[in-house]
Amino acid sequence: MTMATLLLATRKGVFVVERSPVSGWAVIGHHFQGDAVTRVFADPRDGAWYAALRHGHYGVKLQKSLDRGASWTEIPAPAFPKKPEHDPWANDETPWTVELVWALAPGAVNEPGVLWAGCMPAAVFRSGDGGASWQLCESFWLDERRRAWMGGGNDYPGMHSVCVDPRDSRHVTVAISCGGVWTTHDAGAKWELIGKGLEAPYTPPDLAFDPNVQDVHSISACAAEPDVIWAQHHCGVYRSVDGGVNFTRLPAPMPGDFGFVIVADPANPLRAWVVPAVSDANRYAIDGAMCVCRTDDGGQTWRQFRSGLPQHHAYHLVYRHGLALAPATGGERTLAMASTTGGVWISDDAGEAWSTLDASLPPVAAVTWSV
Amino acid sequence: MPLVTFAPQLQRHVPCPPQQVPAGSLDTVLRTAFMAAPMIERYVLDEQGAVRKHVAVFVNNEMIAKRNDLSQPLTDSDAVWVIQALSGG
Repeated sequence: MTMATLLLATRKGVFVVERSPVSGWAVIGHHFQGDAVTRVFADPRDGAWYAALRHGHYGVKLQKSLDRGASWTEIPAPAFPKKPEHDPWANDETPWTVELVWALAPGAVNEPGVLWAGCMPAAVFRSGDGGASWQLCESFWLDERRRAWMGGGNDYPGMHSVCVDPRDSRHVTVAISCGGVWTTHDAGAKWELIGKGLEAPYTPPDLAFDPNVQDVHSISACAAEPDVIWAQHHCGVYRSVDGGVNFTRLPAPMPGDFGFVIVADPANPLRAWVVPAVSDANRYAIDGAMCVCRTDDGGQTWRQFRSGLPQHHAYHLVYRHGLALAPATGGERTLAMASTTGGVWISDDAGEAWSTLDASLPPVAAVTWSV
Repeated sequence: MPLVTFAPQLQRHVPCPPQQVPAGSLDTVLRTAFMAAPMIERYVLDEQGAVRKHVAVFVNNEMIAKRNDLSQPLTDSDAVWVIQALSGG
C-alpha cells in the first residue's frame, strides 16, 4: 500500500492528497487557489515540486517548491526567442509565444537539474539547472516539417509527452498532437521523425500513414524495457517494441479505443492501462459509464474494470495526464485517476477496483505522485 | 514624470506599487517601471515584446490600439494603467 503523496493539477490550483492510516485518502493542501495549473511534477531525484500555471491574462508561469509546497518560488518559464523578421520564419502563422507547458520530465539520475519541458505550440525545452533557465531545442523548432502540423482540439499543435530513456539520457522521445513521434539521440541537438505504422484515416488517403500528421494523444514507455512504448492515438491504441520507430495497432479494448491517456507499467512490458471515451466530438465516458481497461499480454486482450467507478450519467473525461501509477518498491500497483468533471479515484489493485476520493474538485488536467 | 499603475489583480502575483518614472516612449516607461519588480515584465509582455492579448494598457483614458507598438511618447503629466482585459466576461 503506497504512502506516496498525490498531486492534482486543476483549473483552480494544485491539490495535495495523502493517505492517513486512520481516515484514508484526503486533501491536505491547496496551492495557487483559483489559478489554472496545467501540469504538476515531482522530481524523483531531489523531491522538488514544479507547477506549470496558465494565467488567463498573464501567460504561462512556472513555480517551484523545495519543501513540498510549504513555500513556492516563481522560476523562469520556457520562452521562445525573438521571432525572425526575415524568411523562412517571418510569416510563421504559429505564434512564437509559449501558451501552455504540457509536459515536464526529469533527466537521468546521474544528471541532477536536467529537466525537459514540452509546450504548446509544440516545442521542447531543456534545462540544466533545475528550471533556473531553459534552452529551446532550436533544430526541432526550426524543422520545416512542423508547418504540416495541426492543433488537435487546440489552436496549435502541442507536445504533451516526453520520455527520457533510462539507459541513455541523451535519448529522448516526444509526441505531439498533431505532429507524430520524434526522437533525439544527442540530448536534443538533432531530431528524427519516427512512428511508422500510425494511421490517421481521417486525412486525405495519401497522408494517412504519414508519421508527421499523426494525432498521438499520449505515449508511455516501460522503464524496465524502454524500447516498449505504448501510444494512445486519436484512432486507436498502439504499441512499439523498437523505441517508437515502428508501431503496431492493437486490438481495441472494449468498450472502445478512443481516449487520451495511456500508462505503461514500469516493470512489466506487457501491461498498460487506458481509459476509453466516446470520440473527439463526444468527450465523455462511453454510455455515461466509466471504465478503465488493462492489458497484461502486450495489448492482445484487454480487461475492463468498473467496480467503484460511476456507471450512470457519468460524463467524465480523463485527460492524457489524468491517470498515474504510484512509485512502488514491490509488486503493489496503486493508481490515481482524475477527470475533467472533478472526480478523483484511487485503486490499490492495479485498476481492478476503485474508490472515490472526491467527486467535486475543479477540472483536473494532470495527476502525479511524489515520494 | 509619468505615473505607472498596475492593477490589483496583477499585483496578486507580483507586488509592484504605483511609481513615477522618467518620461519617454511608452515602451521605455514600462520597462523602467518593470525594473522595480522584474518578474512583472513577463506578466504584461510576451516573449516577443508585445502586450499580452488579455492585458490592456491605457495611457490616460485611452487604451493603446496595437499590442506590438509601444512607441508613443509620454509626457510628465501622463498616467499609464496596466489592467487585465475583461475579454468576454
